Amino acid sequence: MSELVSHSLTMTDRDLRRLARQPWWIIVSLIQPVIWLLLFGPLFKGIANIPGFKAHSYIQFLTPGVVIMTAFFSGGWNGMATIDDLNRGVIDRLLVSPLRRSSFFIGHIIQTSVTIVIQAAIIVGLAYALNARFANGALGLLVMFTAAVLLGGALNAVSNGMALIFRREETLIATLNLFMLPLTFLSTAFMQQDLMPHWMQVAARFNPLNWAVEASRQAVSSGTDWGSVGTHLGLLAGLLIVCMLFAKRTIRVYQRSI
Amino acid sequence: MNDNQRQNGCAIETENLVKIYKGGIRALDGVDLSIPTGSVFGLLGPNGAGKTTAVKIATTLSFPTSGSVRVAGFDVVAQAKQVRQAIGVVGQTSGVDVNLNGRENLRLQGLIRSIHGRELRQRVDDLLEQFGLTDSAKRIVRNYSGGMQRRLDIATALVHRPQILFLDEPTTGLDPEVRTEMWQEIERLTHEEGLTILLTTHYLEEADRLAAKLAILDRGKVVATGSPEELKAELEGDTIHVELREDAEDGAIRAALAGVKGIRQIDHDVRCLRARVEHGATAVPLVLQALEANGLAVDSVSVSRPSLDDVYMRYTGREFSRADEEGARQQKSPKEEKR
Repeated sequence: MSELVSHSLTMTDRDLRRLARQPWWIIVSLIQPVIWLLLFGPLFKGIANIPGFKAHSYIQFLTPGVVIMTAFFSGGWNGMATIDDLNRGVIDRLLVSPLRRSSFFIGHIIQTSVTIVIQAAIIVGLAYALNARFANGALGLLVMFTAAVLLGGALNAVSNGMALIFRREETLIATLNLFMLPLTFLSTAFMQQDLMPHWMQVAARFNPLNWAVEASRQAVSSGTDWGSVGTHLGLLAGLLIVCMLFAKRTIRVYQRSI
Repeated sequence: MNDNQRQNGCAIETENLVKIYKGGIRALDGVDLSIPTGSVFGLLGPNGAGKTTAVKIATTLSFPTSGSVRVAGFDVVAQAKQVRQAIGVVGQTSGVDVNLNGRENLRLQGLIRSIHGRELRQRVDDLLEQFGLTDSAKRIVRNYSGGMQRRLDIATALVHRPQILFLDEPTTGLDPEVRTEMWQEIERLTHEEGLTILLTTHYLEEADRLAAKLAILDRGKVVATGSPEELKAELEGDTIHVELREDAEDGAIRAALAGVKGIRQIDHDVRCLRARVEHGATAVPLVLQALEANGLAVDSVSVSRPSLDDVYMRYTGREFSRADEEGARQQKSPKEEKR
């Protein structure tokens, strides 16, 4: 156990150093969410006037969605670095060492989590500047950040696992695009659930991104249903574990294929 | 060193090692090797001979289809963890993290092996010094030259003082100057006490210079083993190299030389002809005469003592450089597709 902890710290240290050397990456990854906030906010302002729309302003409604989507993509694209590591022989070098396999993924997940928290804080700050107001103070934000980290971590594990299976950038990009974009729209990130078409509402129920959006929005809106928040966070934690188990298995798949 | 290893003095031992890849490619076809402790063992073979596959299995990266490998006395499948503690590996593709600096790369390898604190700092400093990297310790590896990066590759494999060091084609892709530098580095390492080095290479001169013993691998099979001197000594006689003026058919050449006494083997590629003969000086005029008589004009001719190239040719019937190019061509397509 202590070996797992120390190896995970070693891998985290490596990943955070890499992140610290490319801080511009965090800024680049914020361009898209900022555009969403600045353009979608005013563009769909009128939605707040639709009868049955509960939030006070669209920007307040949109912010949790943008935070979660950003986390989703940050985690999802993380496997690209693993492909680079594969091509440079870094993965092979790690696999012939006594490194605990899980720590490789844990390091990546912690790095993604740090990225996600920084991104989320910037997005929330921007939303606040745009007059969005959130309920439940620090606790609400804590839930939102937790949901973002759990979802981003799960995507990170899936992405790194797929990187080991595919070993090619093109295949990884195509596969990620195939499911990441549809999942963002099959959720309440942009639109309140009961205003969505029925089949989308059904699909959203099975969409992990939607679990995170729902937990976050509940937590930062007035009249919070904490039971629903707890359920969704629980589902996300379960998902993270399943994704990590999947990722760990991909190492064997990779070793068998070479 | 554990009991098992002490008993037979073998650092690496393979038994009927077979590796079949998806699609039925037999990369290793029953390899038996015994690599003694404490010396440089060369695994020589053209591209695609199976050298890297053998290293991948011996270093626990890949799995054998059948047969067994023991490294430092441990089974590579059942006791992978112990094997990993005992070995250092320098792969064909670097393996250092180019986003970190030199010192960080060395530290990383130490921490993975539970070397910490002052001990680790001391070891890292020593290795930086040894490999002439002290001044660039804080530079990001991305900015290193090819030779510097290769030196760091080796240094990172030595942090935990492994018993056995694997060097998989350590000089492929390096400039000739840097290659010579690497050879000196490897020669220096062999003097480090007890370190066994398994070196794979497709450079004949590299195997000749560095390996105390070597095995020639061809199409997944070991075709010869021994020290470079032994292998060359087995080949009595000389080699005649003839440069023809015009392209010639293989059949025409063989027909022309059919009557010449003392020719043991002929290999021919467009305008180059190599013949192994019992005695060079006597055979040259006969060979020239026979060729000219059959209308094959000769541009130049030379005689040499046996080289590892001749050893390879004797056992496989083809010239090393040609096999190497062929292997590279065949290997390129599937490999690039995968990565």
